[in-house]
Amino acid sequence: MKSDQGMTVVVKTVTRVSVWVILMYGIYIVFHGHLTPGGGFQGGVILALAFLNVLLAYGRDFTGDWLNIGFLNRVESGSITLFLIIGILGLLIGGGFLANFIGHGELFRLVSAGTIPLLNIAIGAKVAMSLFLVIWVLSHLQLEEGEEI
Amino acid sequence: MIILPLFIAIPLLAAFLITFIGGREDRWGIGLSLAGVSVVLLLALYTFFMRNGDRLVYEIGGWSTPFGINLILDAFASFMLITVNLLAFTSLLFSMQYIRYLSRDWKYYALFMLLVTGMNGVIMTGDLFNLFVYMEIALLAAFALVAYGGRAEEFEAAFKYAVMGALSSVIILVGIAVTYSAVSTLTMAQIGEELAGKDPLILHWIGGLFLVGFGLKAASMPFHAWLPDAHSSAPAPISSMLSGVLIKALGVYVLIRVFFNVLGAPDMFLTAFLVLGTISILVGVFMAIGQWDFKRLLAYHSISQIGYILLGMGIATPLGILGAVFHLLNHALFKGLLFYNAGAVETALGTRDLRRMGNLTRLLPTTSSTSMVASLSISGIPPFNGFFSKLIIIIAAIEAGLPIYALLAIVGSLLTLASFMKVQRYGFRGEKMIEVVKQHIGAGMNTAMVILAVLCLVTSVLVIPGIKEAVMDPVVSAILDQSEYIRLITGR
Amino acid sequence: MTVYVLCFALFLVGVYGILTKRDLVKIILSIAVMGYAANLFFILFAYKSGAIYPILTKGATDAPMVDPLPQALVLTSIVIELGTTALLVALAVRLYQKYKTFDITKIRRLSG
Repeated sequence: MKSDQGMTVVVKTVTRVSVWVILMYGIYIVFHGHLTPGGGFQGGVILALAFLNVLLAYGRDFTGDWLNIGFLNRVESGSITLFLIIGILGLLIGGGFLANFIGHGELFRLVSAGTIPLLNIAIGAKVAMSLFLVIWVLSHLQLEEGEEI
Repeated sequence: MIILPLFIAIPLLAAFLITFIGGREDRWGIGLSLAGVSVVLLLALYTFFMRNGDRLVYEIGGWSTPFGINLILDAFASFMLITVNLLAFTSLLFSMQYIRYLSRDWKYYALFMLLVTGMNGVIMTGDLFNLFVYMEIALLAAFALVAYGGRAEEFEAAFKYAVMGALSSVIILVGIAVTYSAVSTLTMAQIGEELAGKDPLILHWIGGLFLVGFGLKAASMPFHAWLPDAHSSAPAPISSMLSGVLIKALGVYVLIRVFFNVLGAPDMFLTAFLVLGTISILVGVFMAIGQWDFKRLLAYHSISQIGYILLGMGIATPLGILGAVFHLLNHALFKGLLFYNAGAVETALGTRDLRRMGNLTRLLPTTSSTSMVASLSISGIPPFNGFFSKLIIIIAAIEAGLPIYALLAIVGSLLTLASFMKVQRYGFRGEKMIEVVKQHIGAGMNTAMVILAVLCLVTSVLVIPGIKEAVMDPVVSAILDQSEYIRLITGR
Repeated sequence: MTVYVLCFALFLVGVYGILTKRDLVKIILSIAVMGYAANLFFILFAYKSGAIYPILTKGATDAPMVDPLPQALVLTSIVIELGTTALLVALAVRLYQKYKTFDITKIRRLSG
């Protein structure tokens, strides 16, 4: 990991461990959106911050090699299309646009509340990819020829 | 019944599919966006002509009224939907060639479909915060589209537009907060019902905050400063969308809904509309006369024509509302056409300065003749549609006992005529005969201009008494009849 | 009552920033501060004294809950302001590339 971009060795070592913990925490917040405070947007922001952590600690080149940016673009647009398709399925099956057409299940279980966990996952993926890709694109803009702030 | 969410779902699906499929060129972008807008336009025409007078309500997600968001389609909403989608369709036809000049990219079409979604959502929704969300969707797409060309002036105009837009959105948010604290509901019909029994001071606060917030979006007089920069620097099809429908769907339409259907048209605000409208008419025209940049002149005229619509709203008799709504449609048609002409001239000659254009009648015959049609329409010459709508507003002002406003409206109309005679004299029929064009105007651009020019003439028939009863009167009664609007939602 | 006055003061700080600051980034931050003030205003309206958070947990007692609707509205509003801020920052960076300054009094090529 010796490159001239990014931060010192201490930061890189800690990030190498903590990124996975942050990702796990973000996925927990997304999946339990119908039981505890949280949900799609909040979990998505945490996931985006995990990737941003890697971008800050290791620099742009390494992150570009580690993540496949084209795949992240597909995930972003695919997940929001999935959200809209679930909404239109609600329209076709009956009950209205974005209606809850799967069975509701019992209270307080993880698999319950119909389509809400699926929508949460779609929104979480979309928000995570969007935020990270916005910052990724902004990090490529040069201010002057060869000058970076 | 199942039609209502389709107005929002179809453009949104088109936008997301364009982003997903992507590709290196814009073929999928053009195809999907044209398909989406055509379907929505056909649905809008169907609901307006076949189910006219019917008021449809749709609850999203199956949640019943106090808990959920509902979509409402009455005559006024379907009238606006036709205007918005018609202009979007012609704008797409125009953009096919114009945007290729800037870049061969699908991103423009995705942003455009988001703009159409936002506007359709604002028109149809019955819930106040849902209106705020759709308005923000449309505005963010508009900010990005204004800056699409990539030149320095466009970024500056987009930044100023974005700051003004953010300021007005925060003011509207505070207005929604005050409304919610007073009535504990966000459905517009229930707000209307409950606000009738509250302290008038709350009514004035809410009305004042919404007047400032949505007035900024509609570019009425004290808040007009962002409009000349933003509308003149945007690419031509986007200028026509912004001037033609965005300031109307987000500004004027919401003002009519909030002040007539929710707040019940209190007198203080009607006077405010009268005064602001008249000031807009006069100041817009005065500042437009001295302009030599074609698009900036058109942008100042937009401020002036929105003043006519506000004047009609302030009069608040059925004739006044009829004039205002009719002028809304007419302005979308002829202002859109004028911006397309400006874009065509810019593509052909590479300049927007009126002093550098000359006699274009030989080289750009479609552009010259349609610009003559549009100039006559905006100046109010019979038999074009501008004459009838301005006449109705002036007659309504005289009948309501406000002759000074009628006189000022006539003065504004004369100055508009002078300004457009200048445009025709220098811009299209100047002395110097232009010999070469940089780029030929393609079929798409010509078709878009011809469609709007024909419609400028055809919509004059809406004044003929038989057709007026069938088509325009349900629209006017939908606006003025507050109790009907409330009973539509809560009586079910 | 003092909480509402302080919230209004925060809003005025944001408005002051937009009107008087010359640096583009400071204008963007002032817009963000105004947005925070508006969101805070919403939450203050929703509060009932002595109530608990509006989430149903296992074995919860039957206490009055705070109004959950403004909390959902504030979430939506935060997302919208995030989008606006991202757009403004991207525009500010591109403006610097074209005009070579962040000073808004020097970015005035459009006039008239």
